[in-house]
Amino acid sequence: MTQHTRVLIVGSGPAGLTAAIYSARAQLSPIVIEGEPSSTTDQPGGQLMLTTDIENFPGFPDAITGPELMANMRAQAVRFGADLRVTKVQKLDASRRPFCAWVTGDGEAPSITADAVILATGARSTMLNVPGEERLLSHGLSTCATCDGFFFRGHDIAVVGGGDSALEEATFLTRFAKSVTVVHRRDSLRASKIMQERAFNNEKIHFAWNTQVTEVLGVDKVSGLAVKDTVTGVGRILDVTGVFISIGHIPNTTLVTDQVDLEENGYVRTGLGSYTSIEGLFAAGDVQDHVYRQAVTSAGSGCIAAIDAERWLEAQGY
Amino acid sequence: MSNQITTLTDATFDEVVGSSEKPILVDFWAEWCGPCKMIAPILEELAVEQSDKFTIGKLDVDVNVATATKFSVMSIPTLLLFKDGEVIARLVGAKPKGALLQEITANL
Repeated sequence: MTQHTRVLIVGSGPAGLTAAIYSARAQLSPIVIEGEPSSTTDQPGGQLMLTTDIENFPGFPDAITGPELMANMRAQAVRFGADLRVTKVQKLDASRRPFCAWVTGDGEAPSITADAVILATGARSTMLNVPGEERLLSHGLSTCATCDGFFFRGHDIAVVGGGDSALEEATFLTRFAKSVTVVHRRDSLRASKIMQERAFNNEKIHFAWNTQVTEVLGVDKVSGLAVKDTVTGVGRILDVTGVFISIGHIPNTTLVTDQVDLEENGYVRTGLGSYTSIEGLFAAGDVQDHVYRQAVTSAGSGCIAAIDAERWLEAQGY
Repeated sequence: MSNQITTLTDATFDEVVGSSEKPILVDFWAEWCGPCKMIAPILEELAVEQSDKFTIGKLDVDVNVATATKFSVMSIPTLLLFKDGEVIARLVGAKPKGALLQEITANL
């Protein structure tokens, strides 16, 4: 049976849940489609569910874990009456008014119709797309250090990537691993200075600069990583038995591809605030932000989207 | 509801799994694993709803390293489906209830 709501929020990371808190407090009774269980970042709570300590979210001087922070945001949204649902929007029709959304398992009639939609579907980790990767995923190759680090006690392992999340993973993994080699295709890191300093000072962490992964080696479990020097082109093999991938993100735009204007790099284009090219469709968080991508900026943009949606609905006379 | 799921240990694993009349699905999990927590309530529901088809056990890998190592578990949650003491299916990673049940049923 189709249910109507004034505001539909798709996604439950910091952007989606902050939008939910604000929309709920504005008496808009938002429905939030949180996502489905998964071991990837595409899960209720989003990317922060796979992180450990968040040290830069204001208000938590002693850090807070990603899952705890998301549980708190969720509880806060529920407290003000947001209707949160653990399911996934499979299709969104942004050409009709009201907007129509179909969630997992529902039939032909839209599951939900909405006067306004806030798209907060976030971004997901990219994979290497090299031979061996798919075969060895969960057999020594992992995308979740917090889930799988435990199994690499005493191993020599590699983390591929050069951003904050790569260094956070590398630092976390030194709790278990004998050594962690950070494999990065440039000669400097994108990560913040404090994360860099922490990694440079950790004697278990080594760096393979200007190094590109060409193949993940191993028959039924990882036995090495074939890499190539990006400057000299010389290939070599890193002797590791575990590989963690943390190389970057792509926005989750499947629901709106071919409907809304995207940036050249695939992110949803937002103009003023959270407005997109479609009237009544607002975007917040990592699905529209390839520059800052922080928990706090994502939460901030969720707040912006909720306020934009509220004012837009009011102006339209909804 | 949670008492429908048998808690397994390194000491009890072989006996319980080996003597299980119905197929038994074993959830390799740990307290610090977020995706494991996410599927825990789903498994509790399945333990009740599917009790005529299979039973469910869980093994904390943190304190039962030997069994986790024996079955080459390197990523959790891992769900192993056993029939007559043999592994007949391996499901890795958290998934929605419908998808989990479908994969389990397809292998029964």
